[in-house]
Amino acid sequence: MIIGAGHAGLAMSRCLTERSIDHVVLERGEVAHSWRTERWDSLHLLTPNWQSRLPGFSYQGNDPDGYRALPQVIEFIASYAKTIAAPVRTHTRVTSVRATEAGYLVRTDQGDWRCRTLVLASGACNIATRPAFADGVPRAVAQLTGQQYRNPGQLADGGVMVVGASSSGTQIAHEIHRSGRPVVLSVGEHIRAPRLYRGKDLEWWMDAAGVLDERYDQVDDVNRARRVPSLQLAGTPDRSTLDLNALTAIGVKLVGRLAGITENGKAQFAGSLRNMCALSDLKMGRLLDLIDEWARANGLDEQTEPPQRLPPTRVEETPPLGMDLASGEIKTIIWATGYRPDYSWLEVPVLDRKGLLRHDGGVVAAPGLYLMGGVFLRRRKSTLIDGAGDDARDLSAHLASYLDGHLARLTA
Amino acid sequence: MAEADSTSTVSNGVNVAALLAAREALTSAPQAAQFKWRAACQWKDGTHSHSTVESFYGLGQEQHHKRTFAFDADHPEIFASEDHGATPVEYVLVGLASCLTAGIATVAQHRNIQLRSVKATIEGDMDIQGILGIDSDVRNGFGGIKVTYDIDADAKREDIEALVAQSQKRSAVYDIVTNPTNVTVVVS
Repeated sequence: MIIGAGHAGLAMSRCLTERSIDHVVLERGEVAHSWRTERWDSLHLLTPNWQSRLPGFSYQGNDPDGYRALPQVIEFIASYAKTIAAPVRTHTRVTSVRATEAGYLVRTDQGDWRCRTLVLASGACNIATRPAFADGVPRAVAQLTGQQYRNPGQLADGGVMVVGASSSGTQIAHEIHRSGRPVVLSVGEHIRAPRLYRGKDLEWWMDAAGVLDERYDQVDDVNRARRVPSLQLAGTPDRSTLDLNALTAIGVKLVGRLAGITENGKAQFAGSLRNMCALSDLKMGRLLDLIDEWARANGLDEQTEPPQRLPPTRVEETPPLGMDLASGEIKTIIWATGYRPDYSWLEVPVLDRKGLLRHDGGVVAAPGLYLMGGVFLRRRKSTLIDGAGDDARDLSAHLASYLDGHLARLTA
Repeated sequence: MAEADSTSTVSNGVNVAALLAAREALTSAPQAAQFKWRAACQWKDGTHSHSTVESFYGLGQEQHHKRTFAFDADHPEIFASEDHGATPVEYVLVGLASCLTAGIATVAQHRNIQLRSVKATIEGDMDIQGILGIDSDVRNGFGGIKVTYDIDADAKREDIEALVAQSQKRSAVYDIVTNPTNVTVVVS
């Protein structure tokens, strides 16, 4: 049994089919449901077309370096489901999962299922998180999460504060500012990244140099690696870099991390903006150093453009530390402050005190229970569509040997 | 000191007349009100450091304390440190309590309230999962700070409460810990 018919659940379905393991994929809506219902209109994938490789499926079009628009992402995943003939039960919402002696009891709004093994592929981004102090925002200011935002036309005229400067926040800030609504962008920890480096997509370098294949059991602190914000990338037709310098160049105003909101509706920004930008510049420099080293070692220096570095992120001398949210200058706040999975239906005691699954590279701390599609689940690329294949191959092998052992125990 | 403020019948040891004169003078010469406060910090060993405070800038020129003040900071033995001094966060508590207390004495003098005893206890709550990097949702700094004043003075309770409230309103350290500040750290 697989819960969730997104790219991760479908990749697992394909791997189980290859192993002749009977299964079904339960899907609350249509295939690629969250892409259909929880994304903004202009969204493009952050990875180039060629990079979305799934078991038994890859890009066949004539624009390998382009970035899929949202309808193309939905179509890509839907046609994958069709191609692999995944046994998907659509419009079947799981209401609870309980452990039984023989495996799991999965209750849905379309009846109950029993299974020996269960793969959770219900997504890493089910719930948009907001800081608790968001409740202190004055009522006159509208609030949306990155999940609720669709397009600038949804917003009142006037100023917009976007909170969070990872890929969602920077893309949303860019689009809204260009719609004529002046944007203030609150910047905490983020990872700056050039779209193109030495003439090639950054994802190409990270893929080729093995950065994306780095395993969860090879990094120093996997919990920390799982909290690293998404690269500040955007998938645009001109393959341009959307970093903070690009945003300030069009007039977006940078402020520090939103630290709190006072009783009289004043937003307080941390005085750490300069350090947040310096940290990000240093991290990007380390990634590019690694790429340059790999290029040299692999004889690519002749075939590619010479190494280059972006100018440091520009921060004004004294960034503002506060802003009166009751003044009417800001009409809307958009929270691009991260996402978390929803396991409210999972009645198996495998969650830690933060509500996250306890697992070892997708092998959950309960027999026969697996996770797919988690951030840095088994590899750095686990977060990407392109990472689902290797994870599904590994975990389906584990699942198959678990089933073999299970049968051996039953027949012993 | 009492002579400095001839209208006052009380003495808390604060020269309010001089402060009021300074305020008047600086109102017409705001550039002289630009101060720079400084400290120098030298790493000793482990988490132990030795800081000194000697010069500052104000009233348009370099100024000096009467002598150099020194502060050792370290961490307690339960942090596997050698406890050569108070922790840096305890210095913050000292700074806040001493700033508020100085303010109380000054405001009391100005309001003709004779103080007999002012004692503060200050406590900061901290979840050290933040500084240890265990939980990214936990902040590094204090979750909250509580200051409790025990004041014996010739005044009604509500006047004493008003003293304490006014001292927070005019306190530099209270402002520093309750409002954000831009911090620039460079390597020379």
